[in-house]
Amino acid sequence: MKRWLLWVPLLVFAVLMVIAGSRLLVPPQTVVKSALVGKPLPDFTLAPMVAGKPGVTRADFATGKPRLLNVFASWCVPCIAEAPHLMRLRQAGVEIDGIAIRDTPEAIGAFLARNGDPYARIGSDGQSQVQIGIGSSGVPETFVIDGRGRIAMQHIGDIREEDVPRLLQALEDAR
Amino acid sequence: MSLLLSLVLAAGAPADFGYVQIPDAAKEAQAAELMAELRCLVCQGQSIHDSDVDMAADMRRIVRQKIAAGEQPQAVRAWLVERYGSYVTYDPPFSWTTAPLWLAPLLLLGAGLWLARGTLKRRRK
Repeated sequence: MKRWLLWVPLLVFAVLMVIAGSRLLVPPQTVVKSALVGKPLPDFTLAPMVAGKPGVTRADFATGKPRLLNVFASWCVPCIAEAPHLMRLRQAGVEIDGIAIRDTPEAIGAFLARNGDPYARIGSDGQSQVQIGIGSSGVPETFVIDGRGRIAMQHIGDIREEDVPRLLQALEDAR
Repeated sequence: MSLLLSLVLAAGAPADFGYVQIPDAAKEAQAAELMAELRCLVCQGQSIHDSDVDMAADMRRIVRQKIAAGEQPQAVRAWLVERYGSYVTYDPPFSWTTAPLWLAPLLLLGAGLWLARGTLKRRRK
């Protein structure tokens, strides 16, 4: 047998160690993207969350104008952080619908009074059935729905200041 | 009295499949098997069968409701994969990304046999 062949196992081991070592440096948190991006929004109907605001249904989309669909909750801390940026989007003329996850009218009322209310509609998703139905795996998440009712983009996590132009651009592209 | 009333009310309400088994034992077995190989999306190292997060209960509810309604476990799994990609299952379907997982053992076995054959041949001489 050729002598250099003896080094092959050590080389294979070294390559494996480099792969394993480099993965150790990557933060373990993995965001799970919705596989429905680019596909039509699934059918759903959600009852109103608060008095004086309608619930959300599939039919509210595909009206020819792109909208944001924001998955949030009163018990979610990053949702408080993104609230001012949602307000800015609203002031820029963006229409935003909300899906409140596992929440109560009282808590959502207090949340809106404290953090502002950018929502045209808020649906109550008490058992995350619609959240799971659209492939969202946490709060907050924001979906750009184009004028034909197709999911154009998914933003995972809270919307930060630097995300606002990106979302406005996505809404413009989804026209 | 109020306790009795709440018990009566609980009995009248449909079972919450997030935390309650399907009455039909065969269907529950199917659901349990499937839930053990579905990833909890919040606590990503655990299955929804093991996790106590609210989101895991919400996923169990969907799985049990669908199976109780007569859907096949494969169809329920496909429904979730359609939404979250194959990351949601611990038993990912065969694809180009998972191919090395399945093929590497075969290749290594082949390499081992080839090495063993060489050694055995030399011994015999």
